[in-house]
Formats: sequence, structure tokens, C-alpha cells
Amino acid sequence: MLFRLAWRNIWRNKRRTAITAASILFAVFFASFMEAFQKGAWDHLISSVVNYYYGYVQVHQKGYWDEQTIDKAFPLVDSLKQLQEKAPKVQQVLPRIESFALASTGEHTSGVMVVGIDPQVEDAMTKLRSRISDGNYLKVDEEAALVAEGVAENLGLGVGDTIVLISQGYHGVNAAGKYPIKGMVNFGSPELNKQMVYLPLPVAQYFYGANGLVTSLALQIDDQDDIKPTLRALNSQLDTAAYEVMDWKDLLPDLVEAKTLDSAGNIIVYVILYLIIAFGIFGTILMMSKEREYEFGVLISIGMHRWQLGLTVWLEVIMLGLLGAVLGIVAALPVVWHFHLNPIRFSGDYAEAMEKFGFEAIFPTLFEAHIFLTQALLVFILTAILALYPIFKIRKLKPVEAMRA
Amino acid sequence: MKVITTKGVVKIYNPDKIPVKALDGVDLEIKEGEFTAIVGPSGSGKTTLLNVIGGLDRPDEGDVEVGGHDIDAMSDNKLIDFRKEHIGFVFQAYNLIPVLTARENVEFVMLLQNRPKKERRERAEELLRAVGLEDKMDKRPSELSGGQQQRVAVARALAPKPDFILADEPTANLDSKSTANLLDIMARLNEEEKITFIFSTHDQRVIDRARRVVTLVDGKVATDEVRG
Repeated sequence: MLFRLAWRNIWRNKRRTAITAASILFAVFFASFMEAFQKGAWDHLISSVVNYYYGYVQVHQKGYWDEQTIDKAFPLVDSLKQLQEKAPKVQQVLPRIESFALASTGEHTSGVMVVGIDPQVEDAMTKLRSRISDGNYLKVDEEAALVAEGVAENLGLGVGDTIVLISQGYHGVNAAGKYPIKGMVNFGSPELNKQMVYLPLPVAQYFYGANGLVTSLALQIDDQDDIKPTLRALNSQLDTAAYEVMDWKDLLPDLVEAKTLDSAGNIIVYVILYLIIAFGIFGTILMMSKEREYEFGVLISIGMHRWQLGLTVWLEVIMLGLLGAVLGIVAALPVVWHFHLNPIRFSGDYAEAMEKFGFEAIFPTLFEAHIFLTQALLVFILTAILALYPIFKIRKLKPVEAMRA
Repeated sequence: MKVITTKGVVKIYNPDKIPVKALDGVDLEIKEGEFTAIVGPSGSGKTTLLNVIGGLDRPDEGDVEVGGHDIDAMSDNKLIDFRKEHIGFVFQAYNLIPVLTARENVEFVMLLQNRPKKERRERAEELLRAVGLEDKMDKRPSELSGGQQQRVAVARALAPKPDFILADEPTANLDSKSTANLLDIMARLNEEEKITFIFSTHDQRVIDRARRVVTLVDGKVATDEVRG
């Protein structure tokens, strides 16, 4: 009956209940949408960056990421080619050998990054083929190069010309080769545009004097939720004394930091939002406690223990909070779902700047239960704390004085 | 026999500022089955005496025993339990829980006693029938007249089968018909079920029906008249 009493008490003052529930509804709606938008935008951005080149997970020889040198290349044995067998969530294994070289033609020389790739599997994840701006894509068995537009521009090269590469290969061997340019690729990022040169994997291995070796295996994983199980599976099945398995957070700490900073900024907004709501709820609690002092006195007089009365009032406030939170979630669900399916698209300078870096200027919302449940939990905690006030008042209440009021 | 005894009870309000002696050495004994009215002018200490007897307020001096229990020595929680089991209250302003129906209001006190649901319901209906509200059981207080609400309050006070009913100006807000009706019910319960009623009142209609009239003046018992 305490529960029934609490529920009915909520509806004693319908207008006040409606105003309080509406303010909570607004807070939950706004906070849910904001979080879904922020997380969705970041997920999309991370997915773009990661699938652009890095992959969600990479495998290297132990110590490679700290000291990125061709000398830390490792043999691409069959068991590594078939990592899917060890970690079923891995869609593709992208073997690469990468190091820096000097690119030259006539009198021009430029520092470039020469990456040996398996053209088919590389394209499956990074969509490299779609970046071809001139010429054709590579085949695995041909001696040819794909050159970023910026490199070609620096060196004054075009499709059909020959690029000369000179570097220090595996364990100090001389690396030198000349390759016809089969295609040009355009990267939005000026950094990549100035330095990328792709060769088919066996050609690059030969160039670096590292036959059968790779410096990294980038793993294509479609769902971010599969990253952790993949890390666990690989760490338990690979020899961790010989290999390092890193996820995108280890590979791209700057991106993680940017995301953390952005989230921290949003936390301030959430805190302000919830402070406003907290004052609203507290105002209701204050009014309710004052209004019903007389009734509290009567209830204690007729034999209700203070804890029972406190529990009833606490339940009232909690139910009011949850009512607002549930309504807020119900209001937010269709809106978040809508923008999940129909992401917000930016246009103008901002969109152009993003597209220059190869990212679509679209911001889908993240539609996941935990976003809504977190808000409901926050409101629950907030109201549970605020509802301690009437309990405190009831503990101190003197029935005779309350009934005289 | 269950008895209420007060010995030299003193109650002072505002002891630190302007002290007001609401009770000034009250000695009184009320026996089981009495139908007693405590009367006196406003400020004479009637309500304070009822509050002290009912354990809602503690005396500054003197002893209060209810049914052999020294209620002044009880902790706050014990006192709440004691009131719940032994004392029923009827207040001037009815003080029903507005969101509960008449039946639920009567059941509520028994719920606090952890009585089984079936027993609660049967007794609530029995009591509401006894006060003539069999057709109003599912009405909320706002749907009842003042007299009907006070009858629900009497049924609520009787629900836990208390030894004593303390009624503070129970007829102050009632019209003549409702007052007569309420007094008939209480007198019948007193005679047939030997329930002890103690009223504080200045309503002559109540005083006329009382079998004992204790008059307080300035916090002291001025007269104590037992009628045949």
C-alpha cells in the first residue's frame, strides 16, 4: 500500500507533477540526443580514419610501433595470413611492408613513404581503388607504382612516367628500383598526398630486400564491438613475446585525446543541464515537504514509523523522476532513430574542409540502448539523492508542532 | 482494568523565550470504559493534555501512565508502536489521507500493524458499516461530507482495536445533524464494546452526552464531575 500511496500522492497536484516531469523529460531528451549525436559523430569519424588506412587492429613485430624501422619486419607465415582462424571477427588481413625512401626523377627528389600492399585486400578495406584520379589500379603481380597526386606534382610526373626509388632496405641492404607509374591517387589529407607511393607487396618486398617479410598486418573488422574480442583472441593465441597486437586507440592516441577532450566539454554541458533540473526537482520537493508537514504529523501520530513515511515520500520522488526519464527516453527514441537513419549533413566550407581530408561531412546519431539507460540512471541517482531531503525533514519532525502549523 | 493516570504533569511551551505553562500540575485518572469530556476555555490546556496522554508530546514534569506503561520512558519508535496498538486518535480536521478511499484509510492503520490483507478488509468494512458508511467505502475524502469524513476518522481510530480513543474537538467542524449522528455512534461503541473515549471539546452537545466532565482552567483541573 505504501507504493500505491506514493503513486497516488504524485497525482495529488497534477499541474506540479506535469511541470516537474516535463522538465526531466526535456533534460533526458536533450542529453540523450546530444550524447547520441556526439558519440555517433565520433564513431563515424573514427571509422573513417581507421578504415582510411590503419584498421581497427594491427599486428607487428614486438617493438615496431615505438621504433618504426624496416629492420623490424617479420615473416608473413601462413598462420599469420589466416588470422581469421584465430579471430573469427577479422574480415580481412592486410599485409603491408612500409618504410621511407627517396623518390627521384631528373633533378627533383622527394622523401616518400613506400608501402607494399596486396591490392585486392587493401581495396576491400581502404577503398584505395576509388581514390584513383588518373590511370589504373595495381595488380599484385606487376612491377608498377601508384603515386599520390602531391608526390607526382612535386616530381613533375604523370601516368606512364617512371619513378626512381632509393632507400635503405632490410638490415642495411641497398634498396633501389624504378617503376612505371600506373595510376595516381588523390588523398584529401595533404600529408598523405605529399608522401604516399604504393607498390604491389612482392615488388616492395624485393625492393627492400625483405622477401616474404612484412612490417604490419592491418586487420579489417566491421563492428567496433568486435575489437576487444579480437584483441583477446590474438593476444592469447599469438606469441606475445614476438608480436604486438594494437588497437586503434594505441595506434592513434591523438584521435583518442581529441575525442576525450570533446567529451569532457560535453560533460560540462550535461552538468549544467542536470543542475538546472536538480533545482527544479528540489523546488518541487521543498514545496511538497512544506505543504504536507501537517499530514506527516498526522501519519506519525496514528502509528506510521518515520522510516515508513520517509520511504513513501522517497518512492514518490523516485517515481516522479523515473516517470520524467521514461517519457524523455520515449520522446528521444524516434528522433535519435531518425537521425541515425538520416544523418545530419553539413554543407559549405565546413563540409569542404572535411571532404578535403577524405571524410564525408555527415553526422549520424548513435542508436544504442546504453545512451538512454545512462540518462535514466543519472536521473534516478539525482532524484534518489534529492529525495533524501524530505527523509531528513521527517526524521526531525515533531508531530504536535507539525499539526499546529 | 486499563487506566490512564497523570501525576503532577507540567508542560511548558517556549521555555527559553516567553514561557507558557500549558499544563500546570495535572493529576487525573481515567478508567476503562469511560466517556469523558475535557472542557475549558481556549488555551486552558485541553489539546496539550490529550497530546501528552497520547504520547504525541512529552511532559516537562510529572508522570503519565497509559494502561500501566510509563510512556515518558519510551523511545520515539517504541512510542509510535505503542500508539499504534493502544491509542486511537480523532482530530478536529478529520486528517484522512486524501489519496486513499474511506476503506483504504481505515485499512491503513492495520497495514502498519502488519495485519493480513483479508483481516484488514473485513474489519475496515465492518467498522465502516458500524459508522453508517457502507455505501461510501470506495469514496475518497474529497467526495465525502465533513460528518462522513469524521465518521471515517472514528472508524480509522477504532481499526487497531485500541484501548483508548482520544478525540480532539471532533465535532468542531460539524453541523448539528452530523454531530448528533457521530455522538450516537461513539456512545453506542462505548456502551456496547466498552471502548474508552476521551474528548477535548467546548461543544455543549458533546458535554451534554459525556458521563464525566473534567474542566481545565489555566492548565489545572478546576472541576471533575462524574454524572450518573
